[in-house]
Amino acid sequence: MKFLSKFYLAFIFVFLYAPILVMIIFSFNDSKSRSVWEGFSLKWYKDLMSDSAIIDALKTTLIVAIIASLCATVIGTLAAVGINAMKKKLKGFLMLATNIPMVNPEIVTGVSLMLLFVSIFGVFSAIGINLEFGMLTLILAHISFNIPYVILSVLPKLRQMNKHSYEAALDLGCNPLKAFFKVVMPEIMPGVMTGMLMAFTLSLDDFVISYCTSGTSAQTLSVVIYSMTRKSVNPKINALSALMFITVFLLMLIVNIRQMRDSDAKVGAKR
Amino acid sequence: MSDNNIIINLKNIFVSFDDEPVLKGIDLYIRDKEFVTLLGPSGCGKTTTLRIIAGFVEPDNGDVFFEGKRINDVPAYKRQVNTIFQRYALFPHLNVYENVAFGLRIKKWPEKDIKAKVKEMLALVNLSGFERKNINLLSGGQQQRVAIARALANQPKVLLLDEPLAALDLKLRKEMQTELKKIQQELGITFIYVTHDQEEALTMSDTVVVMNNGEIQQIGTPEDIYNEPKNAFVADFIGESNIIDGIMVKDELVHFNGIDFPCVDKGFGENIPVDVVIRPEDVIVSSPEKGQVKGTVESITFKGVHYEILVDIGDCKWLIHTTKFAEVGKQVGLSVDPFDIHIMNKSSVPLYSDDAPASEE
Amino acid sequence: MTSKKVMALPYVFWMILFTIVPLGMVLYFAFTTEGGGFTLANFAEAAKYMPSLMQSIWLGMLATIICLLIGYPVAYIIAKASSRSQRTMILLIMMPMWMNFLLRTYAWMTLLEDTGIINDFLASIGLPRMHLINTEGAIVLGMVYNFLPFMIMPIYSVLTKMDKRLIEAAQDLGSNGVNVFRKIIMPLSLPGIISGITMVFVPAVSTFVVSKMLGGGEMLIGDIIESQFFGATYNPYLGAALSLILMVLVLICMTVMNQFSDDDEEALLI
Repeated sequence: MKFLSKFYLAFIFVFLYAPILVMIIFSFNDSKSRSVWEGFSLKWYKDLMSDSAIIDALKTTLIVAIIASLCATVIGTLAAVGINAMKKKLKGFLMLATNIPMVNPEIVTGVSLMLLFVSIFGVFSAIGINLEFGMLTLILAHISFNIPYVILSVLPKLRQMNKHSYEAALDLGCNPLKAFFKVVMPEIMPGVMTGMLMAFTLSLDDFVISYCTSGTSAQTLSVVIYSMTRKSVNPKINALSALMFITVFLLMLIVNIRQMRDSDAKVGAKR
Repeated sequence: MSDNNIIINLKNIFVSFDDEPVLKGIDLYIRDKEFVTLLGPSGCGKTTTLRIIAGFVEPDNGDVFFEGKRINDVPAYKRQVNTIFQRYALFPHLNVYENVAFGLRIKKWPEKDIKAKVKEMLALVNLSGFERKNINLLSGGQQQRVAIARALANQPKVLLLDEPLAALDLKLRKEMQTELKKIQQELGITFIYVTHDQEEALTMSDTVVVMNNGEIQQIGTPEDIYNEPKNAFVADFIGESNIIDGIMVKDELVHFNGIDFPCVDKGFGENIPVDVVIRPEDVIVSSPEKGQVKGTVESITFKGVHYEILVDIGDCKWLIHTTKFAEVGKQVGLSVDPFDIHIMNKSSVPLYSDDAPASEE
Repeated sequence: MTSKKVMALPYVFWMILFTIVPLGMVLYFAFTTEGGGFTLANFAEAAKYMPSLMQSIWLGMLATIICLLIGYPVAYIIAKASSRSQRTMILLIMMPMWMNFLLRTYAWMTLLEDTGIINDFLASIGLPRMHLINTEGAIVLGMVYNFLPFMIMPIYSVLTKMDKRLIEAAQDLGSNGVNVFRKIIMPLSLPGIISGITMVFVPAVSTFVVSKMLGGGEMLIGDIIESQFFGATYNPYLGAALSLILMVLVLICMTVMNQFSDDDEEALLI
């Protein structure tokens, strides 16, 4: 039984990682072939670095992800605090609305945002201002789909909090603002950080919504990759995959070590 | 009311949550340096009353006075009262020292003075040397002490305590009761204490306020409350009682269980239905011929200091505390001295029942 | 008290502008002609694409069932491991999910090609080459690969939260291993299964990337919607109608699923 489960898990991990490994290995291949090994080379990485479209897209992706995740964290954290203080009915309604972008098919969310932007552009062009899809629409769209994840990672922390902590701070002389920053914020900080990291990663990873809301002036990496895969075989993609995988690997490692320290501290506290 | 010793005065307070009335016209004044306990079953409104004084709940109607000034509109953080919360609400991200120093930092005390004050407070609650300890690593009793030190460091004129000992085990609770009383006398400040534990209330308080269903049932010293309960609810809630339907025949004579009993109450009128309250320890057990009523012993339980026996006297059963052993099935005589029979008007409020949920809110 | 509720205001405005209004626009476009009048014609036209919708549902369901069959044992095995190795294994399950979705799919593209590694391997051991890419099987494989972690995670989290004493109690009352699983573990992990099913089915049924990259010319409902907005056949009115149909379909499926689990709110929140 023990052996069987180990074998099964190993099989699943091979299934999950084999394609990625193959891609990483062939990113160092000297030829265009994706099945025959013809010697070690870094030429695809050099190609990648000199591809201005990809470098630009990388910049756009990072800018969008950073701005969107920061904005979403602020708006989402405030929202979570507000929602937590609400009565059941209003809370239920807001949570339902918060769940919409999470359960709606991405393509529907994407085209709905596209329709919104097109209509707004229409209104502006009527008064002589020409707007088009670009960085701004990307950021707005990303903030929108990021906020629910922040709310959902902050809310449990608020619920776990001793509900009298905030009152205790007021009782000891803090005004409401001070009480929030001195007592509530430190307690929900892990949730806020998780939410922000999640928002950042989702932003980096998003394709469908970016595809619907980016113009020609600003495209995210996902959108560029998509157009590359639509064209011919291009080992540059392999090199890019390898780099992205290493980045994600390191990010996850950091997050996990953080969490481990967190939960170890908690285990210690319970003793 | 001319008493200028009064520190807190609540006048005609009404509060409801979601259209559910919680307080229905509370009138209460509290003297300076007094130990007052708000006592009642869960949901009676005692915690809400405390939160009105702290400033966390705004009354729908009525006024709150502090040293003669109306403070309805003064926010919690500007009031000269401090609270010890049910489960303490210590700040988990701060250590013992920082928790106690919290209020002083807000007041921008100089660091030197803060240090001295924290030291003094920790000494007061017997936690000297715990300054750098992590809050989460303390035992319940120690957390309780930190909460007391944190509230008292602010030098409040009134300390509000919301069931502060509820989470502690019995032995620790008894210790803390004595200690809290000692601290209160040492500092000479007003304590307003909320509890559902009648024994705790009787042990610690100068004045007990018994509440039920959002109304004050009785205010008095522990002795008054126990010996002269104003109605059947108070009698039932404070200690154990036999509450029997009776008829007040005339002044100083009451009829129940088929017999006329002489008593000392008067002024109820003639042939008025009343509640008769008899404490179990006030019933005298004797031989059948000597008692005012006769009954059969139904059960007997050893309780340490006394026996608790249940005697069936035909149309009802009496609970009796006695030091004498009585065999089950044996006939006994029971009698009550006139001054131990307490007559009360029929109460409209439902009696306290033990199956009410244990915690407030 | 009220001051705290006010903090949700920016979000409420944001949500109305960027969630509610856009969905309102989809609704509006779906019932509008190019001239701006009311019409049901978009739905009549959408009916032509019913076979594609059915095909999407069929492939999505297939992928979901395979994910459940593969994923449940994974979640179960991990949940039974020691807490330190649980963390590592969950990390390993999650990691591919955080890598770009397109790159993951692209990886399979290169593997499944007629001249890809799998076929080269088959050829080298003397087996005939197989046509793998641009088939329905490839689409389902792509869906399973991409969405499997979505099935494992919620089931795993329900299983770890399960009170171990329940299992002991069941054994104490005389259940054997199979019965414990059937009568205790399975019913109690139902909320996780439900949420896993929705989390796999929704993106699977609406994908247009997997089908484009691994399915060749196969047009699933997602591809058709995409082509109404970005393709040569630009028709946002028809696109909106199709989006609306897809949305309603997903909504119905979620409602049905939630009938099976009583704490529906939690299931949605994972």
